[in-house]
Amino acid sequence: MKLKSLILAAGLAAAGSFALADGHAGKVKVGMITTLSGGGAGLGIDVRDGFMLAAKMAGNDNLEVVIEDDQRKPEIAVQLADKMIQSEKVDVMTGIIWSNLAMAVVPAATAQGKFYLSPNAGPSALAGKGCHPLYFNVAWQNDNLHEAAGAYANDAGYKNTFILAPNYPAGQDALTGYKRMYGGELAGEIYTKLGQTDYAAEIAQIRASGADSVFFFLPGGMGISFLKQYAGSGVDLPVVGPAFSFDQGILQAVGEAALGVKNTSQWNKDIDNAANKAFVEAFQAEYGRLPSLYASQGYDTANLLLSAMAKADVSDADAFRAALAAAEFDSVRGDFAFGPNQHPVQDFYVREVIKEGDVFTNKIIGASLTDHGDAYAADCSY
Amino acid sequence: MSRTGLINLALFAMLPLTAGAALMLDEPFIITLATKVAILALAGVGLNIALGLGGLVSLGHAAFFGIGGYAMGILASHAQSFVPLMETPFLIEGTRSMPVIWLVAVIAGALAALAIGALSLRTTGVYFIMITLAFGQMLYYFAISWPAYGGEDGLSIYVRNGFPGLNTLDPIQFFGIAFVILALALWGAGRLAASPFGLALSAARQNEARVETVGLSPYRLRLLAFVISGAVTALAGALFADLNRFVSPTMLSWQMSGEIMIFIILGGVGRLYGPVAGAALFILLEHVLGGLSDFWHVYLGLLLLLVVLFARGGIIGALAGREVAHD
Amino acid sequence: MSTILLIEQVLNGLQSGVMLFLMAAGLTLIFGVMGLINLAHGSLYMVGAFAAAAVAGATGSFVLALIASLVAAAAAGAVVELTVIRRLYDRDHLDQVLATFALILIFSEGTRWIFGSFPLFLDIPDALAGPVMLPGGIQYPLYRLVIIGVGLVVAIGLFQLIARTRIGIRIRAGESDREMIAALGVDISKLYTIVFALGAALAGLAGALVGAIQSVQVGMGEPVLILAFVVIVIGGIGSIKGALVGALLVGLTDTLGGVLLPGFFATFMEPSAATAVGSSLASMSIYILMAGVLLFRPTGLYGGR
Repeated sequence: MKLKSLILAAGLAAAGSFALADGHAGKVKVGMITTLSGGGAGLGIDVRDGFMLAAKMAGNDNLEVVIEDDQRKPEIAVQLADKMIQSEKVDVMTGIIWSNLAMAVVPAATAQGKFYLSPNAGPSALAGKGCHPLYFNVAWQNDNLHEAAGAYANDAGYKNTFILAPNYPAGQDALTGYKRMYGGELAGEIYTKLGQTDYAAEIAQIRASGADSVFFFLPGGMGISFLKQYAGSGVDLPVVGPAFSFDQGILQAVGEAALGVKNTSQWNKDIDNAANKAFVEAFQAEYGRLPSLYASQGYDTANLLLSAMAKADVSDADAFRAALAAAEFDSVRGDFAFGPNQHPVQDFYVREVIKEGDVFTNKIIGASLTDHGDAYAADCSY
Repeated sequence: MSRTGLINLALFAMLPLTAGAALMLDEPFIITLATKVAILALAGVGLNIALGLGGLVSLGHAAFFGIGGYAMGILASHAQSFVPLMETPFLIEGTRSMPVIWLVAVIAGALAALAIGALSLRTTGVYFIMITLAFGQMLYYFAISWPAYGGEDGLSIYVRNGFPGLNTLDPIQFFGIAFVILALALWGAGRLAASPFGLALSAARQNEARVETVGLSPYRLRLLAFVISGAVTALAGALFADLNRFVSPTMLSWQMSGEIMIFIILGGVGRLYGPVAGAALFILLEHVLGGLSDFWHVYLGLLLLLVVLFARGGIIGALAGREVAHD
Repeated sequence: MSTILLIEQVLNGLQSGVMLFLMAAGLTLIFGVMGLINLAHGSLYMVGAFAAAAVAGATGSFVLALIASLVAAAAAGAVVELTVIRRLYDRDHLDQVLATFALILIFSEGTRWIFGSFPLFLDIPDALAGPVMLPGGIQYPLYRLVIIGVGLVVAIGLFQLIARTRIGIRIRAGESDREMIAALGVDISKLYTIVFALGAALAGLAGALVGAIQSVQVGMGEPVLILAFVVIVIGGIGSIKGALVGALLVGLTDTLGGVLLPGFFATFMEPSAATAVGSSLASMSIYILMAGVLLFRPTGLYGGR
């Protein structure tokens, strides 16, 4: 694995190698359904921008992308999927951010013979018994970052952690994932209301619980609220979380309150490889902002697709699937391979929130899990 | 035939014509959109019974829409996994049959409307608006936090439910089902408005005392209207869930209530066919404006504002000129 | 559950209650005086928070940010009143609901257009950061105590304004008889604009104060709006006193329900099931409270009609 990616990285820049392959493969039409308006639009915009940046750098005329906005509504996503399949007649679909939207779209799309490459959501139902030969996850299985946090908690010597997440399926998965790796005691376990903005009550419980550390999964605005209130509460237990609450897009809104917090991620902008350097530079040049985790996932998704296009024609589904499964592209994460259920087997890192000039960002401070797959792969059989 | 009658006929014919043309052109997605219009219009027809006829401004009709959706989702998911819904005291199995699902949806919607209506109708005016909104939110939060049926993730049904003798997965056949139900609902709503019950309900809206003096209880009239309204909206919800093969708490959100109300207002308040015109325009805007700008809600908001402020009659009103609206 | 924890949670409930009061007071005032139901009140809350975040970002001053939130929300309120709302006073509630729903769409997506999709940063000032020690060994965030204080001061000020001042007399007169005060030569349209801007300013202030400890993002207003509706339905529409009592009731029920219910169910159920049932019920608790109040008093605790 290491050797292969080194050779690839040392070779031509990613863009060049794909441009060469143009003439051989057939056209591929991609349907991207992602969240571009309403709440959570920032994530979808980043995935789209990352994906389109890779497409632009490759300059491959055979790649055609249709982009639609799901407004974060599952109903809309399903209708757009129907449109992509029935009217646009796309070959490959991608783009969905949220697990609940993925659950609404992916099974129907793969059942109709479309490839689906997930740039963000990785619900457990699609990783285990519900896995599908045409479904590839390029980001992570939903539990992964939480498992990485649990593993980090062991390394850091935490013995009595207080854990909390919103009361919805992804929240329940998060705490399950954390507990799968974490070996110590739980000082408390709370499910909060989805969309809750005031965490005073929970913070009071943390204070009273005698915990030695806190793990939380509160995506989007919920995490911002929690961190700001936590910082002001006088509770100074160490906090660990998955990267979602500390990503480039929202860190600026959390501000000082996030400084020094440890979070787990499969990517960061300082991972040292040529593909990542090229990505970070090109992204900043193109969009004038630092790339986020989501942008990196969109970028990798496009490069995975481009690598398969160079090797096989999408009309030959078996060959194209094999080409995707080989995952021979320069991932910005460095090592990247698919496990038996076509979910990533990759390294996870511990990051710390720092301030660079005026900008809050992350730096990697260590490894959490290496070559880590997911717990559901064993249930998957095609 | 009056001008309004002609417009109604044109509106009514528009849906099957669009679907038929799409079938010829092999554009199945247009058929799906026409089906969506028919189903959302059905939800609007349901709300219109409470709102147009009864004057009950309910901002919580998404509750019934979602209950219908969950009736479909729960029954079909049990049938999908072959796990009975209930074993004691007697066995209830899931089902994949649309007529059974519709029946359950209608009954569930009616019961929920009875409970919510019985409490909410003790109040009037602005209290009523806020209370229906609050009850809708209550069900929304319940659906999100109750894990048994998917919570926020919702429920996916992989194959559309069946209707005897039809292939429901064929877009045009499913459109046919939705359209026939819409037509029946329009016919029924028209008959209801002209019936003694409908007239009494209208009278109660305009002058409560007058109805009381003839010995009728406005509370009961309104409750009955609210129950019928909830049942029709729930039926639309079951169809909508089947269209998407998916149900989630978003169907219960208060924005959904607002959207159903928007269909009525865009089409024209107090018009039987208003929801059809309104739903068609809404879907058209969503796809035209949505394609032009990520911020299409701003334009939708402006348009809605203009209609409310300056074009009370909505589309039908604008087309029919100054002719008086008939309830 | 220890007493200290319980007291802390009661304080939390109070804090969320007084913020709800700032929202509910404007809503109930606008309804009481103009008979208008305003769904866009949550958007004014959001405007206040965004204005505060923008000014705090540019100047670094929290006081200026608070002033900006008041000014921006009041200005937005006045503009909306002059262009849209005043056409709605004579309309039925349906039109008011729809027009103000349209305003939400415009405000929300418009804000996203201007400020982008990511949440904005707004932090509490350093002087108010960190916890203080209360008598009895309770450690509590200073800023939340300040919020409780500010909310109560505004409440007292509002009561004084309505009870003692000339404009308050006009507001009360407007509530009881609109035609009469117009006949007495009071410029009614100016009064309406002032009342609307006042309500908007209170919402904007709440948005800025809460925005500093939560996240400043598009759509932040609507959940609070719906809670504020529950508050004024419980308190009685048009009653400032009702809004205060209702807000505290809702704040306390919401906070304590979320903490106590899972524990209550855990006494006789498995922990995970208890958490599920308890959290589900807690999320519904304020609506159950509302239904209970309405059963006995259909016009709310202090409602007139």
